[in-house]
Amino acid sequence: MTDISAAGAMPATQPKNSLFVQDDLTRRRNAAEARFKWYGIVAIVLSLSVLAIMLFTIFRDGTSAFRQASVAFPITLEADILDPNGARDPADLAKVTTIGYGNLIGQQFANFLTAEGITVEGISDKDISGMISRDAPGRLRDMVLADPSLIGQTIDFNAYATGRIDGYMKGRVTLETAELDSNVSLEQLQLADQLIARNILTSGFNSGFLTNPDASDQRPESAGLGVAIIGSLYMMMLVLIFTLPVGVAASIYLEEFAPKNRLTDLIEVNISNLAAVPSIVFGILGLAIFINFAGLPQSSSLVGALVISLMTLPTIIIATRAAIRAVPPSIRDAALGVGASKMQTVFHHVLPLAMPGILTGTILGLASALGETAPLLLIGMVAFVTNYPAGPFDGGVMDPATALPVQVYSWASRSDPAFIERSSGAIIVLLAFLVIMNVAAILLRRRFERRW
Amino acid sequence: MSVFLLLVVIAVLSVAGFVLCRQRALKSVDGNIRRLHSLPGYYGWFGFILASIPALLALALWLIIQPLVIERQLSSFFPAEMIEDPSARTLLFADVRRVAAGLDTAVAQGAMSEDQAERVRTEFGSVRDRLAAVGVALGAEVTPAVLAAAQEYREMARVGVIGRSILTLILSVAGLVFAIRATGPDFRARNRVEQVVLALLILSSTIAILTTVGIVLSMLSESLRFFTMYPAADFFFNLTWSPNFRGNSELGLIPLLWGTLYISLISMLVSVPIGLFAAIYLAEYASNRVRSVVKPLIEVIAGIPTVVFGLFALVTVGPLLRDYFAQPFGLGNSGSSVMTAGIVIGILNIPFISSLADDIINAVPQSMRDGSLGLGATKSETIKKVVLPAALPGIMGAVLMAASRAIGETMIVTMGAGAAARLDLNPFEAMTTITVKIVSQLTGDTEFNSPETLVAFALGMSLFVITLGLNILALWIVRKYREQYE
Amino acid sequence: MNDMTHKGLDLATQTAKISASGVQVHYGTNHALKDVDVTILDRTVTAFIGPSGCGKSTFLRCLNRMNDTVASCRVSGQILLEGEDIYDRRVDPVQLRAKVGMVFQKPNPFPKSIYDNVAYGPKIHGMTRNKAELDAIVEASLRKAALWNEVKDRLDATGTGLSGGQQQRLCIARAIATSPEVLLMDEPCSALDPIATAQVEELIDELRHQYSVVIVTHSMQQAARVSQKTAFFHLGNLVEFGETGAIFTNPKDTRTEAYITGRIG
Repeated sequence: MTDISAAGAMPATQPKNSLFVQDDLTRRRNAAEARFKWYGIVAIVLSLSVLAIMLFTIFRDGTSAFRQASVAFPITLEADILDPNGARDPADLAKVTTIGYGNLIGQQFANFLTAEGITVEGISDKDISGMISRDAPGRLRDMVLADPSLIGQTIDFNAYATGRIDGYMKGRVTLETAELDSNVSLEQLQLADQLIARNILTSGFNSGFLTNPDASDQRPESAGLGVAIIGSLYMMMLVLIFTLPVGVAASIYLEEFAPKNRLTDLIEVNISNLAAVPSIVFGILGLAIFINFAGLPQSSSLVGALVISLMTLPTIIIATRAAIRAVPPSIRDAALGVGASKMQTVFHHVLPLAMPGILTGTILGLASALGETAPLLLIGMVAFVTNYPAGPFDGGVMDPATALPVQVYSWASRSDPAFIERSSGAIIVLLAFLVIMNVAAILLRRRFERRW
Repeated sequence: MSVFLLLVVIAVLSVAGFVLCRQRALKSVDGNIRRLHSLPGYYGWFGFILASIPALLALALWLIIQPLVIERQLSSFFPAEMIEDPSARTLLFADVRRVAAGLDTAVAQGAMSEDQAERVRTEFGSVRDRLAAVGVALGAEVTPAVLAAAQEYREMARVGVIGRSILTLILSVAGLVFAIRATGPDFRARNRVEQVVLALLILSSTIAILTTVGIVLSMLSESLRFFTMYPAADFFFNLTWSPNFRGNSELGLIPLLWGTLYISLISMLVSVPIGLFAAIYLAEYASNRVRSVVKPLIEVIAGIPTVVFGLFALVTVGPLLRDYFAQPFGLGNSGSSVMTAGIVIGILNIPFISSLADDIINAVPQSMRDGSLGLGATKSETIKKVVLPAALPGIMGAVLMAASRAIGETMIVTMGAGAAARLDLNPFEAMTTITVKIVSQLTGDTEFNSPETLVAFALGMSLFVITLGLNILALWIVRKYREQYE
Repeated sequence: MNDMTHKGLDLATQTAKISASGVQVHYGTNHALKDVDVTILDRTVTAFIGPSGCGKSTFLRCLNRMNDTVASCRVSGQILLEGEDIYDRRVDPVQLRAKVGMVFQKPNPFPKSIYDNVAYGPKIHGMTRNKAELDAIVEASLRKAALWNEVKDRLDATGTGLSGGQQQRLCIARAIATSPEVLLMDEPCSALDPIATAQVEELIDELRHQYSVVIVTHSMQQAARVSQKTAFFHLGNLVEFGETGAIFTNPKDTRTEAYITGRIG
């Protein structure tokens, strides 16, 4: 059956090349091989170095957000300015506005400098008071209203320095940039130098960055993540409450009970497609359904959580189903074999065994939900919120709030460079939360990992 | 009775149902559990379910239907032309609800008696001022019609609350009684409870469908409203995008679509080669140790929120490209550009491409590689001529999914691409995308019912259709490819 | 074919193609092959038999350095192909494998056309200058693999669409298209039905006239039918090596006897 004569069509047997000699073609092929391998190495090095650069720039720009310059000096709370009637009547006290307090602080600060013998030639009173954050009068007023007995006393007051002075201490603002900057004068920087030398102007850990609410464009120094952290926390709690039961229930149905029919197919197709719908589309859904149709309050963590839950659900269902599928059929057979109902089998045996996998998947789902930004912009969480939401059981989830990634965005879009520092700092906080969640997931997986 | 109180009462009745039914089941067999059809707990749960679920369903239905009924009744207070325009109607009833809520607050604070609230008239002084005194701020003075409607609203709402409470309580108690009477040794409580649980499971899994329906309906209805104000042909074919808050806006999709596709193209030029080569190296060349370190590191990129990439584009990549490429070559002066956004989205998509491609390459059977290597092919020849062609459909699927992600990406383009809609070829110019405009049109201060705002829904609809189409195509290709090896 | 006296073949006149001496193979800590000495003759079919895991496939894969693709594998000893050590530092396995082709246990045609499957080797080794030469090689290889008549009208059809036996003959055609000197076959019939097996065995007997063929097989009948020399491996040792007729009729080692009479294996 084999046609040996056809062998004549073959080229004559190859010249007997020694294996020890590489011919040209082989050398070229080996060079191509080496090049190809290098492409892979370059691709990996490139992507990892971009990652490294990105993290480096964020930490370079952001760590300084955790330090803040502040000025410490004594203030005499003069009664004739703060309480002209002398009655300590709260209604009277409230009539003195922050402008009144601002004047008091500026004047006292100037007096203090004179008393200490600190002066810079040509500096105006406006420049001197302009070194103190515009946030200080409000804080002083709140202190006095909370405790009217302070009036007339001299207290040690610790005020934030303005963003520019803070930037000067961090090296962001220099004498050169100050010349081009209408918000800071050279005299102020010279004064700052003296204050630093006298330990009046100091830079310390900025706990306010983690606790203060957002602040307006003019006072980057007092802007903090307090509201954003609470908002993100509320949302994650709600997302967990919404998605875990529903996701587990849906997964159990699809893995254990769903018959092979059109409805099941429809659900499957929907889940896989929803996992790929752009997040902004969920924002539109939230705006149209939860805010415009159902009338839930804008900017509230509740609406944010609902939107993010719908987004995260497909991810959680996919992870949960994988965990349920990993439980071997022999377990089910064993339970069914001793007369348990299908439902009992699932809830008594399959679900507990799948639980670590489900929790791991859920934590990872929550971690990606925590960084979600775009849909929250559409439901108004980008709003400027300076009031803390109420406690979770006092309807705080209905109060306007913002979220960590949204705060990153809204600070990044402001013009003052001090906000870029805050924005990077907020990312560090966000990444810290993400790292904690991922480590928790990894530990959970390690602890309960089971090989069947 | 407030909703909260009602819920508490239902909860109490449900717990009572659990306890009573369980006890009755035990008593009916004198404590001999073996004679019961189901475990006693199942009888308890049956009582719990009957006392709670019908009542809760009725409550939910009532809460949805009552406002619709009231609105219909109140229409008689206003002239027909005010009711016909849907947007005016929405505003009007928002006013009515706010005034009614204001009156409630006033009564609650003691600034008005219940009687006064029912009879207060605009003719005898400003209602707005009186409400402002109790901290309810109203935008404009209250018209007599609105006030009358608000008073009627309160009256109807009060009746509604009473009806609601009676209905739900009756249902709850009736369910409880029925459950207790049904309980007996032969009653198949477990089967009933399991049926209910199964129904809950099915209900949960239909949420995916409901979400899709919600997305489509919400965008479709608002898009249709948009197209009644702005011609669809203009939206799809106009080459200019220039919204104008005084009206006469030109809202053409084309420039936004161009920006979107251009940026996505650049992102694909970055992510596909890098992701693919990284995946090939990890799957075919890397030792296990390198693989176990590098693979998770690359996946770290996928775990970083997109807003971080946005800031990276804004602060680092944008100025870098501007200072070292665009300005020296006279290509532009903008930090935000197609290039900036495209490159950063490309980086974001590297792990996506590489991990999908890694799976797909590993799915090519080892026997294929052996066949090629056994013939004297080098590794790279094997990869290029055997592995990649075999994996091609799967990789195409992964690339399409990545393209769909790039098209739908929002934060990076919002922070890195710019806001100017233009049809241009220079990649160092700022351009804008569909997603950027959805954000800017919906977060602005424009009135909701204007075409400038509603256009966002039409944009969202277009985005949804494009990405969905790409994904369905990708899933189809990948599924086809899987069949090849099964 | 069951006749064990080999017509027209005098083993004594054949020169040695491959001579292995003192070959040891380790997979990590597992000593898979212990001190193997084998000489493989030109234009002869040599069969490796033995129970599963005895090292016969491992040894086969040493002969064209396919073991290089397994990271944990270490080979020591000497394997000479026409007097040149194939594990020498200067040897490029790519060139070696063009001379020592391989056919695998499971038919593994590439998901390409029949033509491209056969043309793959000649293309990567740059053996042809034009399409006509390539066509000639493809046709000749398919003819030698006894597949030409079955596929000549559908060379563009995909190779994976053929039957199992046809696929394996396609893989043989693919291997001989690079004009190898030695053809290694790793249980080439284990995935085939009896009819396809018979066809492949017949083909192997034909190939012997041009190539040195080494075949690993589980089936003693197959070894007896197709080979002239047989090596019996057991637990990583080469137990016995000699003329096929002698091994099957008069084994010297008790282990060989136990295996061929079915007592171990």
